[in-house]
Amino acid sequence: MDPIIILHAGLATGTILLFASIGEIFTERAGILNLGVEGMMLMGAMAGFSISLATNAWWLGLVVAILSGGILGLVHAVVTIHFQAEQVISGLALTFLGTGLALALGTGLTGQTPPLVPSFDIPGLALIPIIGPIFFEDHSLLVYVGYVFTPLAWYYINKTRPGMHLRAIGEKPEAADTMGISVYRLRYFYVFVGGCLAGLAGATISLSISPGWFSTLTTNGVGWIAIGLVIFAQWDPVRAAIGGYLFGAIRRGILDLQGPPTLFGLTNPLFINANFIFFLQMAPFILTIIALIWGSQAAARKRIGAPAALGIPYIRGERGL
Amino acid sequence: MSTPATTGGKGGVQLPYTLSFEKRVEDIPKWLPVATALGSVVLAFLIAGIILGLIGGEPLKAGTFFFNATFGSWAVFSDTLVKATPLIMIGLGLIVAFKMKLWNIGAEGQFYIGAFAASLVVLVPLVPEGSPKVVVIGAMMIMGLIGGAIWGFVPGYLKGRFQVNEIITSLMLNFVAISWNNFWIFNTWSDAGFQMTPTFDHSAWLPRVTDYARPYGEFIETSTSPLVGFLRSIGLERISGMTLHLGVFFGLLAAVIVWWILARSRWGYEIKLIGDNPQAARYAGINIVRNIVLVMMFSGALAGLAGMSEITGVVHRLQERISPGYGFTGIIVAFLAKMHPFNVILVSILFGALIVAGRELQPSGLSLMLQGIILFIVVSSDILLRYRIRLLRTVKAGT
Repeated sequence: MDPIIILHAGLATGTILLFASIGEIFTERAGILNLGVEGMMLMGAMAGFSISLATNAWWLGLVVAILSGGILGLVHAVVTIHFQAEQVISGLALTFLGTGLALALGTGLTGQTPPLVPSFDIPGLALIPIIGPIFFEDHSLLVYVGYVFTPLAWYYINKTRPGMHLRAIGEKPEAADTMGISVYRLRYFYVFVGGCLAGLAGATISLSISPGWFSTLTTNGVGWIAIGLVIFAQWDPVRAAIGGYLFGAIRRGILDLQGPPTLFGLTNPLFINANFIFFLQMAPFILTIIALIWGSQAAARKRIGAPAALGIPYIRGERGL
Repeated sequence: MSTPATTGGKGGVQLPYTLSFEKRVEDIPKWLPVATALGSVVLAFLIAGIILGLIGGEPLKAGTFFFNATFGSWAVFSDTLVKATPLIMIGLGLIVAFKMKLWNIGAEGQFYIGAFAASLVVLVPLVPEGSPKVVVIGAMMIMGLIGGAIWGFVPGYLKGRFQVNEIITSLMLNFVAISWNNFWIFNTWSDAGFQMTPTFDHSAWLPRVTDYARPYGEFIETSTSPLVGFLRSIGLERISGMTLHLGVFFGLLAAVIVWWILARSRWGYEIKLIGDNPQAARYAGINIVRNIVLVMMFSGALAGLAGMSEITGVVHRLQERISPGYGFTGIIVAFLAKMHPFNVILVSILFGALIVAGRELQPSGLSLMLQGIILFIVVSSDILLRYRIRLLRTVKAGT
C-alpha cells in the first residue's frame, strides 16, 4: 500500500481515461453525443496491437489505432449528422459494431508480444523528491504525452478562435451558422477527433499500460467510465485528466488492498474470504456512479452543464431548439 | 412544393433529375415503418456479408449455415424460440422506457438480479420445501419481477431526483450485478466448489415441451387424429429434446399487457407525452419524476422476469453465464420493432436466431457486428419517416 506506487499507477491508468475522455469532450462540446467510445477504444487496441505486431513498429501501431478509431467515429458522424438519427442509439450501435469488428479481426492475437511503447524516466525531473518518482520516473511515453496534451486541449478549447467555434456549435449552432461557421463540417471533424483519441486510448492499453490482447477484457468497460468522467469533469479537459488520474489511483489502491493481512489494524476481509474480491470488482463502477451523482449536483448548483445543443441534430432552416 | 430545381451550371455533367429531401407534412403511410424495418435487416445482412467476404470469410456458406442452424428443423427452431423468449420480455420492457426517452441500458443487469432474486426462493428457501410447483414458480416469478424492479429503481431514482444520466448509471449497474451474482455463486451457494448453484429441484423447473415426450411421444408418432397427422406432415414428429419452455408464454402475455398499457391506458398516454413533449406533460400536471422511477422499475421488472424465466426454464440453476448479452440485444429488438409490442415477438425470433447461429459462426464477434450494423441502419432509416425523397426535374437556370 505504498502511496507513491499507487499514485504512479494512477497516472498510468489515468492516461487511458484521459485520452478517451478528452476525445469525448471534444465531440460533446461540438454537440454530438458519442456513446461508442468503448467500441472505438477496443478497435484502437486491436488495431494498434496487430499493426505493431505485423510491422514491428509500435509507432505505426499507434498511428493506425488512431486512424481506426477516427474512421469508426465517422460512421457515427454520418448517421447522426446527415441522417439526424437518435445519437444515443447510434452510439450504442457503434459500440456493438466496433466491439464486434475488433473481436472478429482480433482472433489469434492473444498471447502475442509485439513491440510496445517505450517507457523511460525524464532525466533531472525524476530526481525531485516525491514528485519525481511519481510523475517522471519509469512512465510510458504516452503518459508524458498526456501531461502535455491536457493543458493544450484546455488552451485550445478556451483560449483560441477555433476553440470558440467549437463551443459555439455545441451551445447554439444556429448562431454559429449565421456567423458563417460550418456547423456540419466542424461537427464531423470533432467526432473524428474524438474517435481518434478513443483509438489512441485503446492503443495505450494494449501497447503500453496493460500490454496484450484479451478480447473484450482488454477494455472491460473503461470506455463507459470515460464517458461518465466527461460529465464528472463538466466538459473540461483538465478536470477530466485529474479525474482520470484519481480514478486510476483509486483502482490501484483497491487492488493493493488485497495484499496485506491487516488493514488499518483490522483483519483484511479478503483474507477471511477470497470471494470478497467480487465486491472489489464492483468498485470502479460504483465509483463512477458516485462521481456522476457528484458531478450532476455540482453542475446543477453552478448552473452549468452539458453543451446546450448536445444530442440535438442541427437542421439548417429549422428555427429554435 | 414542386418547383423544379435549378442547377447553376458551371460546366460538367448535369443530371436531368435531382433528389430533394422534403419534410413530411402528411401522415406516414402505414406500410413504411414495416418496409424500412425489413429493408434494414436485408441491407444489414448484405453489408455484413460483404464485410465478411472482405476479411476472408465465406458469406454464402455462412448464410446457409445460419438458416439451417436456426430454422432448418423443428428442433433448432425450438432452440431459436428459447433464445427469443428473454428477448421478448426485455424488448417489451425497453419499449416502455424508450417511449419516454428513458435510455435503459441496464437491462442486462436487471436480468441478472431478477435471476438472483428468483433463485432466493429456492436457495434460502423462501417457500417451504415440497411446495407444489405452482407455488414455487409463482413465487419465483414475483421475486424475478421485484429483483429487476429494484435494479431499475436505482438509475430511475438517480435520474428523477438528481438528474443523473441514466445511460451510464444503468450501464455501470450491469457490471455490479454480474459481480454481485458471482459472489453468491462462487461463495455461498456454490455446488461443491463449482461455479454454479446445485440444480434446482424439479418443482422449480418451468415445464418444457420435451418434458411431455415420454408420456405423449408414442401418441404423437402413432395417433391417427387429423390434427396430429397434420403436425407430423410438417415435420413435427418427435418432441423429445425440444427445450421450448413456458417462458415464451410469459413473453406473449407481457406483449399483450404492454400493448394495452401503451395503446389503451392513461399511463401509456402519459408516458408517450413525456417522451414526445416533456414541457407539455409538465403543463398538463403529469408528475414526471414519479413516472421516471415507475417506468424504470417496470422496464427492470420485465427484464428481471426474463432472468427468472431463463434460469427456471433453461439451466435450472443459478450460474455465472446466463446471458449472451440479452440486455443489449434487446435494445436493438426494441428499435427494429419500431417500438410496437407485437412486432417485438417477430423481431425477437430473428435475433434469437442470430444468437443461436452466432455461437458457432466464425469468426467470433460477427454476430455482434451484424447487430451493430442492423441498429445503425434501423436508426438511420428513421429519417425516411420524417422526410420524403422526391425526384425533381432540373432545368437550366435562366430558362
